Parts: sequence; C-alpha cells; structure tokens
Amino acid sequence: MNSLLFLIPAALLLGGLGLGAFLWAVRDGQFEDLDGSATRILYEDDQPLPRRPQ
Amino acid sequence: MPLDAVPLTCRHCGLPLTGAATERGAFCCQGCAGAYTLIHDLGLDAYYDRRPIEAAAPPVAPDGTDGADPLLGLPDAVAVAPDGSCLLRLSVDGLHCGACLWLIEAAVTRNHPEVRSARANLTTRCLTLRWTGSAAQAVDLARLVTRLGYRVAPFGAGGAGAGADPAAAHERMLLRRMALAGFAAANVMLLSVAIWSGVGAMGDATRTLLHWVSALIALPTVAIAGQPFFRSALAALRAGRTNMDVPISVGVCLATGMSLVMTINHGEHAYFDGAVMLLFFLLVGRYLDSRARGRARSAAAHLLALNQAPVTVLAADGLPQVLPPARVPLGATVLVAAGERVGVDGTVADGVSDLDASLVTGETLPLAVAPGAQVFAGMINRTAPLRLTATASGEGTLLAEMVRLLEAAEQGRARHVLLADRIARAYTPVVHLTALVTFLGWVLLGSVPWYQALLIAVSVLIITCPCALALAVPAVQVTASGRLMRQGILLKSATALERLAPVDTVVFDKTGTLTLGRPDLLPDPTLTTAELALAASLARTSRHPLSRALARAAGPGPVAEGVVEVPGGGLRWLGPQGFVRLGSRTFCGVTDTAEEGVAGPELWLTRCGQPPRRLLFADRPRRDAAAVVATLKARGFRVELLSGDRAVTAQALAAEVGIDSVRADARPADKCAHLAALRAQGRKVLMVGDGLNDAAALAAADVSLSPATAVDVTQTAADVVFQGDGLAAVAETLAVARRSRALVRQNLIFTLLYNLCAVPVAVAGLATPLVAAAAMSGSSLVVMANALRLGGFKPRDGGFR
Repeated sequence: MNSLLFLIPAALLLGGLGLGAFLWAVRDGQFEDLDGSATRILYEDDQPLPRRPQ
Repeated sequence: MPLDAVPLTCRHCGLPLTGAATERGAFCCQGCAGAYTLIHDLGLDAYYDRRPIEAAAPPVAPDGTDGADPLLGLPDAVAVAPDGSCLLRLSVDGLHCGACLWLIEAAVTRNHPEVRSARANLTTRCLTLRWTGSAAQAVDLARLVTRLGYRVAPFGAGGAGAGADPAAAHERMLLRRMALAGFAAANVMLLSVAIWSGVGAMGDATRTLLHWVSALIALPTVAIAGQPFFRSALAALRAGRTNMDVPISVGVCLATGMSLVMTINHGEHAYFDGAVMLLFFLLVGRYLDSRARGRARSAAAHLLALNQAPVTVLAADGLPQVLPPARVPLGATVLVAAGERVGVDGTVADGVSDLDASLVTGETLPLAVAPGAQVFAGMINRTAPLRLTATASGEGTLLAEMVRLLEAAEQGRARHVLLADRIARAYTPVVHLTALVTFLGWVLLGSVPWYQALLIAVSVLIITCPCALALAVPAVQVTASGRLMRQGILLKSATALERLAPVDTVVFDKTGTLTLGRPDLLPDPTLTTAELALAASLARTSRHPLSRALARAAGPGPVAEGVVEVPGGGLRWLGPQGFVRLGSRTFCGVTDTAEEGVAGPELWLTRCGQPPRRLLFADRPRRDAAAVVATLKARGFRVELLSGDRAVTAQALAAEVGIDSVRADARPADKCAHLAALRAQGRKVLMVGDGLNDAAALAAADVSLSPATAVDVTQTAADVVFQGDGLAAVAETLAVARRSRALVRQNLIFTLLYNLCAVPVAVAGLATPLVAAAAMSGSSLVVMANALRLGGFKPRDGGFR
C-alpha cells in the first residue's frame, strides 16, 4: 500500500497538468472562435494553394 | 463564339455577369473591379482559390464617400492604451468563411507595419485590430476593409466599444468551472472505485487516506464549481421562490459536509464522488446552453451595429454633411447613393429608383419609388440616387420599432417556466419535509442519538438529490436536438421543444417561407420562342429579380447591346426594328386593362408595330409545401397563412397549397396582434416565417421556426432554424417535439418511482454510499437509455426525405 503514497500524487499531478493546460487555453482565447479556428488552419501559411483546375 | 470563352460570372463576387458588365472586363460593377485590383495589388489572389465555391464574395457597393470618414466617430471608438497602442473592434458584415478571415487579416497587416495584430472572429464576426500610432488611423484601416467589399461598424454599438462582453465572460467562467469539475469527477471516481472494490479487504488507514485525498480534490471543486448553483439558489430563496438549483445546492453541500465529517471521524462512507459528478454533469448542460444563446445574442448585436451607418444630409448651405442616423433632424434632405442603405424613414423628394425592401417587408421584388413615395430605414437603394425628406430617424424609425416589438414579445415569452423548474417547485418542499420527518421520527420514535438521526436524514436528502430528475429533461433534449441537427434543423432555444409539443395551430408566412421567395416566369403557350429570346436578351443586362427570372427561363443566349435601364420603369433598347421596351405597365405605355387575368408580378414587352406582350411571374411554393400542409392538417393541426402581401396573391397561394384560413395585408404589428388573438383563444401557436417583418410575430408566437435563408434578426428571434428548400422540417420538428414530450413524461414517472423505492431505504437508515451510487447512477442510466430511443423512431408518415 506504500506505493499509493507516490502513485496518488503522481496521478493528481498528471491530471492537474491537463487541467492547467486547458485553463490556459481558455484564458488564451482558444475557445473564442471555434468555427474560425477550424477553417483558419487551412489558410495560415505563406504559400498559396495550387490553382483549382477550372 | 463558344460559351466558355466568355467569363460568365464576375471575377470578384461570382454573380452572373450581365451584358453591360462585359465592357468593364469580367466584373459586374465598379466596386468589384476595385476590390479585385486591391486584392491583386496586395498579392492576395490566393483568396479566390481558397474561398468556398458556393460562398461568393459580397458584391461591393461603389464607394461614393472617398476621402470622407465612411464611419462617423470611428476614432472615438478606439481604445488607446497608456503605451500609445490603439485597440479597435469592428463588426464586419459579409464575413462568412475562413478565406474571408485570411483576406482581411492579411490585407490589414500587409504594408502596414504599424499594425501589431489583426484577428477576425468568425463566430462573432468581429475584427480586433491593435496598432501603434494615432487613433485617426482607424479610418484608413476601416476603409481598407470596406474596399475589400465588407461593411464595417464599430463593434458593440451600444457604446461599450472595446470593452469585454459580460455574457462572453460568463461563458468562459462556466467553461473553466466545467473543466475543474470534470478533472475532479474523474479523479474522485477513480479513488471511489478503489474504496468500493476494497470493501472488507481494505484497511482503515488506507480508506481514510483515500477519503482525505478525495476531500482534498472535492472541497475546492465544490467551493469553486458550485458557485453558479449556489448563487442562483440564494437569489431564488431571497425572492421567496425555489428553483432546481435549491435542491441541487442543498444536496451538494450536505453530501460534501457529511462526507467531510465522516472522513474526520474515520467513517466508512463518503459521498464526495456523487457531489462532484453531479456538479460536472450539470455544468456541461449549462455551458452548452449558454453557448447556444451566445450565438443568437451576437447576431442581434451585429444587426444593431450595422444600423449605425452614417447618413449624408444636405445642410442649409447646400453642402453635404455626414451625420449619424440618430442625429438627422426631421425634415432634413437626405442623399442616398445607389447601393447605399437608407438610414432614415422619409418620403422621396427627388429621384426615381428601385429599393430592395426585403429587410423591412420580406418581399423579394424591388419596390419602384418616385417622388412622394414613402421609404423606410433598412431598405437598400438599388438603381439610382435619391433625395429624401426625413420624417423619422434613430429610435423613431420603423426598423427601430420592429426591434422594440421583437424585444417586447421576447420578454413575454421569457415567462415560460421550464418543466424541470416547475417540478422543482413541488419537489423541493416534499423532499425537505421528508428529511425533517425522518429526523424527528428517528429521534422521537426510534430513540437513537440525535447525530445518528441527522446522518440518516442527510442520506435521505442525498439519495433524493435530483440527479435523474435533473437529467430526465436534458437527456431527451440533447437526443432530440442531435436527431434534428442531422436533418439540418437547429434548435436555438432550450425551451423550444417543450413549447413545440402542445402546439395546435401552425401559422405560415408567405414569401420565402411557403414559397421560395424568388419569382419564376409562368409558362405561357402563346409566347413564341422569338419573343422570349428577345425579352431575355434585354433582361440579361439587368439585375432586377424579374429580369433574372426571365433570363433563367430562357437559358443562356445573346445579350443586347446598348440597353438603357430606367430606374423604377424598365429596360429600353433601340434594336434594328426600332425601340423595344421591357418593363412595368406604365413604362411600356400599355393602357388597356382587358388582360387582367391572374394577379402577380408582371413585365410587358412592347415593340414597334406589334401588340404588347405580357409576361407573368409567380413566386412558386416550395416543392413539398402542399404535402406538408396536408400532413399537418391530417395530424389535426389548424394551418393558417399570415402574409403582408395583397389579399389576391395570398388567396391564390393558399388555394394552391391547401390552406383555408388566410389573413393578408398584415403589417408587423397586425401579425403580432393576430397571434395574440389566437393565443387568447387558448391556442398554442407555431409561427413559421423568414422576413424582418415576421421577426416580432415569431417572438410573439408560442414557438417559432425560420428557414436558414431568413435575415439574421429573424433567425435570432426564431426558436428553430431549418436548412434546405423543403418544408418537411416543420412536420418533422413537431413530430420530434411530441415524441420528446412522451419520453420526458416516461422519464419523470420513472424518476418518481425510483424515489418512491429509494427514499424508504434511506429513511430506514440502510443507504450506504455503494447503495446510493448504484441507485443514483442506475437511475441516471435508465433515464439516458430511454432518451436514446428518440434517435431511432420513424415519423409516422415515413418522412418526406
């Protein structure tokens, strides 16, 4: 049972890291515009797409 | 000439090219050509490859206000930080795809090193700009976006300017709490499973350790994530009411408190898992609800912001002066350029033009106006410049009046009390009384120590904590909205399903709802191919909806050269056989009224030496309109038509689709009054409509549907928005709503039965956490499973799809 003494803190730490990352993402505004982000990933580059065949 | 050698659509906005446009290259108007040049010069041609095929760029209004500030007081809306950086939020109209985001952001930052960041938001259609320099640069940046073809206005026209939106902050707060509760629920549940499986085998010290760890996670979580419920419960109690949050708060607090006492005393049972899980599930529901309402809110704010476009007023000294619409004095002369939105209500003093009145009246055909005619704010001037005499401005306009009607009607509806809350009102006192009776009973009759009696009373409260009850309604709603969403029907309001179920009367708007909202040429056997070809060759030069219907009916063909479009009249062309005219009855000089026949939109074609020809158009009903009306009638609904159109047209359409009860010539206020009268008779009314003139009526009905083609404010007012060009969604939504009501009732009956069984067990003092957890999650699972049955059922008629 002594293993619990470090397994529980380790589990909490990992879960806490995930929670912290999520809270950071919310604060950072990443959940402000879900529609925009979904399409934005297609365009944010410096190379234009190849021309669409007419 | 082969057809594919000529560009058929505008290179910028993608609208079909008309004859006159070919002289300007491949653009439909000067504005589009300007936007294309600008985009090309900035090196952003990739925009044309990136935008979705079906989503063309907004046509650009020719910019007549070069040099002047296109938006009044824009520098005032800029928030200047102490370090000299400026922040501006703009509401952008026409922003509808990822390519738009990219184009605007790239255009604003390219060649503008002072712009530190530009971020457009597709959900709120808001552009946030940060730059270093003076606030006056806002005008340059805004004009750049305008030249790309988007209309802009300061975001949050209410004066909040760059400030944060409190509702958005509330939503972020819910999301953070939900994350916290989710994290805690997962971890506490892990520990609880260990405790349950270790019953008997686990040592006392280990169990207490696990309880302490659970407490460490659960206590801060309850304190933080429970706040929305505690606040709402306190507010309700202060007002002398109870709502669903009261039993939730009491249950969560008691479960946590008692578990803490148990943990301190090395007790066997702790209920941390139940408390935290309940909070998590409830927060998920609250967050989804708040997000759906946030979208509707931003659409309304957007419309109000765009209303602030400035108005050009002719001052006493004869010089044009730009004013905000609310500050235009009555009786002032207002200039409205072609392509501009009318900012005030007024009468036409000078000029002849066609106005797009769809925002105000919902009618798709342009309104021909001449001096003396009345025009309203919100209409768009299509063909020629006008001078108006202002009769009302700002809050006095018909548009503002409609928004007020809408708000008033929505307040009336807010009185609808959710079924779950109605139950909570009855449920809370009963549960708390039971707990009290249990406590007194054990102390007085059971002769046990008071603290043990208290424990038993508390376990009664915990086991009756409305977990299944709180899930009974939302579970069905989530399944129902999922099922509807797969068919392109979006439920916007949380209470829509509950209000849809008892509906017994369906009221349809005409244009754009029962019909497609666009005119089509009626087949006429006496019309020769040569006549049609001639009329179409003129019509292809014009963007008037009737011309386009004619061109559509004739198919591709030649375009007449040198056609003159007379605003408010029609088209004139000097052909090889003399003058040809295509237009209104008066424009073509037709005097005989013998050919009355069918009423409806018409065009006349006159040529030298030949009798005038009449071309009739009609707004066709949607393909399944008659079938849906028949189905609704067969299911026992009363179906009505409520239209702002003339009685003859409305009657004709009603006869075609099989509606007996017709009310025509109804203005927005009349529509509201009619719906109020229906409701006063005890009817539950569903309104289906699409125009801005329907918006107030939609809000006044018990519940409302609107097609996705409707204007923004109407979609905001509607509870349900459906996509597609059929009306089957109306019948389907009603069927799903009735089915949901049946399932909700089953769930509630089950929850009641569960409580009838569980409460005696708890009262008898037999409820351990394992029993409680099994009973609570068991009942929740049954409720969920029952709700899932909604996904599978078939509409009774087999559906229309």
